[in-house]
Amino acid sequence: MKIRLSLFPYLLWMAIFVIVPMMLVVFFSFTDSSGSLTFENLIEAGKYSAVFLRSISLGAASTIICLIIGYPAAHFISKANFKYQNIFIMLLMIPMWTSFLLRTYAWMTLLEYNGLINRLLNFFEIQRLNMINTPGAVMLGMVYNFLPYMILPIYTVLTKIDKKVIEAAQDLGANKLEVFTKVIFPLSIPGIVSGVTMVFVPSVSTFIISKMLGGGSILVIGDLIEMQFLGNAYNPYLGSCISLILMIIIMICMGIMNSLDNGSEEEIFL
Amino acid sequence: MSLIFLFLYLPIFVLMAFSFNDSKSRVVWAGFTFKWYQRLFENQEILGAFYNTLTVAVVSSIIATLLGTVAAVGITRSKKLTRKLIMNITNIPMINPEIVTGVSLMLMFVFLYNSLGVFKPGLLTLISAHTTFCLPYVILSVMPKLRQMDSNIYEAAQDLGCSPFSAFFKVVLPQITSGIVTGFIMSFTMSIDDFVISYFTGGTTQTLPIAVYSMTRKMVSPEINVLSALLFMFVFILLVIINLRGEKDKLLSTNNL
Amino acid sequence: MKRRFCFIAFISIIGLFITGCEYKSEKAKEYINVYSWGEFISNGSEGSIDVNKEFTKETGIKVNYKTFQNNEELFAKLSGGGFDYDVIIPSDYMVSKLIENDMLEKLNFSNIPNFNLINNNFKGLNFDPNNEYSVPYMWGMVGIFYNKEEVVEKEEEISWDILWNKKYKNKILMFDNARDSFAISLLRLGYPINTQDSEKWKEAANELLRQKPLVQAYVMDQIFNKMGNHEAVLAPYYAGDAAAIMKSNENIGFVIPKEGSTMFVDSLCIPKNSSHKRQAEQYINFMCRTDIALANVKHIGYSTPHKEAYEKLDEEVKNNEIFYPSKEVLDKSQIFTNLSPEINSLMDKLWIEVKAGGISENPWMILFILGGFILLYFIIILLKKCRFIK
Repeated sequence: MKIRLSLFPYLLWMAIFVIVPMMLVVFFSFTDSSGSLTFENLIEAGKYSAVFLRSISLGAASTIICLIIGYPAAHFISKANFKYQNIFIMLLMIPMWTSFLLRTYAWMTLLEYNGLINRLLNFFEIQRLNMINTPGAVMLGMVYNFLPYMILPIYTVLTKIDKKVIEAAQDLGANKLEVFTKVIFPLSIPGIVSGVTMVFVPSVSTFIISKMLGGGSILVIGDLIEMQFLGNAYNPYLGSCISLILMIIIMICMGIMNSLDNGSEEEIFL
Repeated sequence: MSLIFLFLYLPIFVLMAFSFNDSKSRVVWAGFTFKWYQRLFENQEILGAFYNTLTVAVVSSIIATLLGTVAAVGITRSKKLTRKLIMNITNIPMINPEIVTGVSLMLMFVFLYNSLGVFKPGLLTLISAHTTFCLPYVILSVMPKLRQMDSNIYEAAQDLGCSPFSAFFKVVLPQITSGIVTGFIMSFTMSIDDFVISYFTGGTTQTLPIAVYSMTRKMVSPEINVLSALLFMFVFILLVIINLRGEKDKLLSTNNL
Repeated sequence: MKRRFCFIAFISIIGLFITGCEYKSEKAKEYINVYSWGEFISNGSEGSIDVNKEFTKETGIKVNYKTFQNNEELFAKLSGGGFDYDVIIPSDYMVSKLIENDMLEKLNFSNIPNFNLINNNFKGLNFDPNNEYSVPYMWGMVGIFYNKEEVVEKEEEISWDILWNKKYKNKILMFDNARDSFAISLLRLGYPINTQDSEKWKEAANELLRQKPLVQAYVMDQIFNKMGNHEAVLAPYYAGDAAAIMKSNENIGFVIPKEGSTMFVDSLCIPKNSSHKRQAEQYINFMCRTDIALANVKHIGYSTPHKEAYEKLDEEVKNNEIFYPSKEVLDKSQIFTNLSPEINSLMDKLWIEVKAGGISENPWMILFILGGFILLYFIIILLKKCRFIK
């Protein structure tokens, strides 16, 4: 295999800053502080299965919510007048350009027991809700932060659908619902797949949202890793092991999503 | 639809509103004031962090753009197997959760610093970490442009007496400029907004998101609200201008990558 | 295309311009990195002395002031390596932990003549018995902040047990730090806070787990906001913050529970890898100067171990039991010392368990989860294959 000269600087860079660190994570996962081989970390990490389960379910739930909200929104935008489409997309992009920490912080102001939403409820003499520091609040934070990542790829795929295919389906006697379920939806699956991965990966691994909106009592994988490296218990060995497991989980999920994607494409061409 | 936008913008408006609040409280409205706008320009911590953020973003996106463009040219011209392998490596920082990238880089920097004394956590590590996660985006925005290009033109230029180098600069580069610019802008914005990776690799150096984070854990001083309000307005106006100038399709291609 | 380049150049230039001007004037050759608690120095607000600026003005040494959230964060950053701090302000037990790990530099007290001004009661405490590594900076007690409108118990009735009272579900805040939280649990059970008995720690952890459903959030400095805004009604915290919290909401009271409490002493130290030891000692000496110590204690509101600064305080503060409690209360209080490594890691582990809401007994669960995912993957591939063949 001949490698071109122009690739050298890039490959060198990637080797130092991607491959070597990954190797270190794997290496640390299976060593202890004295440097000998051990599977202790894996067993330790296994004890936090509840945390893993909680993160995965929170992440999955917010991904599904994003999909439920995001798909119709993307569909709506792709149907709109071209002039408005750009405005909509721009409006979606702008919040992504402001610091997500601050936007999440602003939600604290809104959700608190004496926050703005509860004050509004109180004003209309409705029972105050206990919203902050609940799993719901964490989920809301995830949906809020990652919703644009769901809408944009689906929108892109939807706009690329050839209008002629839809017209052909209509000519062949398909009604609106059939056009959607048999033509538009299958064709938009690649967009859904990339949207789902783009939402699921960050929401499974976040630690700030859970910290800010969960009040430190809803621990997720991200918190666990952060605690091992920069927090109360400094233990990079266990931390690496947890990171490794997180990586494996995400890779498997990506595998699942990609297999769904290909499957649908094959169906279309058959 | 409007509900979605309300959902997306409500927190931002709350932030902006409270940048005019006379009291430090997040809940109580104590009257209208501009004093935080004045204080912002006196706050050394925030300004220092802002300065660091800009330095890191500018330097790392320039390095990433240079490295990435050269690499993209190399990748498109390699054989299929090599290309597949390299693209897999390129994808790693994109697929990996940010926290894992951050943690792995931190492990390496600490290891290097403790054993060799190089890469002291600070601006240098921040720049190299940011370059690393920006690189794939540059490559992914330059590669499609290279593929669209007719490779015969490059050969024709050489046949007409251009050296490979000048053929590249005179023929190839002009055709892929839009891809390079897209890659640069993406790197720049990603670098400015990054928190997780900087948090793990920055050492004592504070970037703006890190300063914001340490403030959210105690009392957010309204100066931060002011800063985000200003940045928001800046981005908003910038995008409106770009949109009005009729660069819609280009903007879209930037966004959808 | 050019226009876009212009825009970016424009942004960068503006940015560099804004900050560049500020920076040039400030750039000094010598500097020290100070790593301290949030809001732990007089910063020039409300007409006080800006201590760091004053130091730079007098000595020409620039101060890079960074803040940490808790002692563990400080320790993690220090032991992670590569962080060059010159002056740090750890608490008592962290001082002894750092000494044990050989992470502190011995101080040269001839460079710190102002050390004589420190009250002898605060020298050679159990965390640094020979007083070679640390200079006491602030001290205080841990007690409970409560909202007088909502808490029905009278002041003298309040004990640590109130934090376990179901009446106040979701209205209780707890420390987001292992040591302080465990101390509360241990004190409530009547155990010494530095106990080496692992069973007692486990018992305390169980109690904290039992308390978790009642706790609204585990926070540190956020309690200023949360108590002030009436988000929570009960929160254990450091007495020194009493003034700040009470100023924000006059309905808030402070009480040191009758079982006794913990006393903490935060000290100025120099970490081993410091590259500016001389300047750091200069800084420590500066912090012990009477006018500076007075400005700091007035701004922070903790209690000062500085003799002259104490004398110069207002009578009202000097006689305030919250800040300078009676001997009786002091006698009942305990100071943290460093725990043995085993107990320490046990505590860390237990604390993560508390925050995670308990751990699963079966460590292989994680493999089941992974296995489940892989199974799902194969099923999908299989289904696809079947369809394909059809």
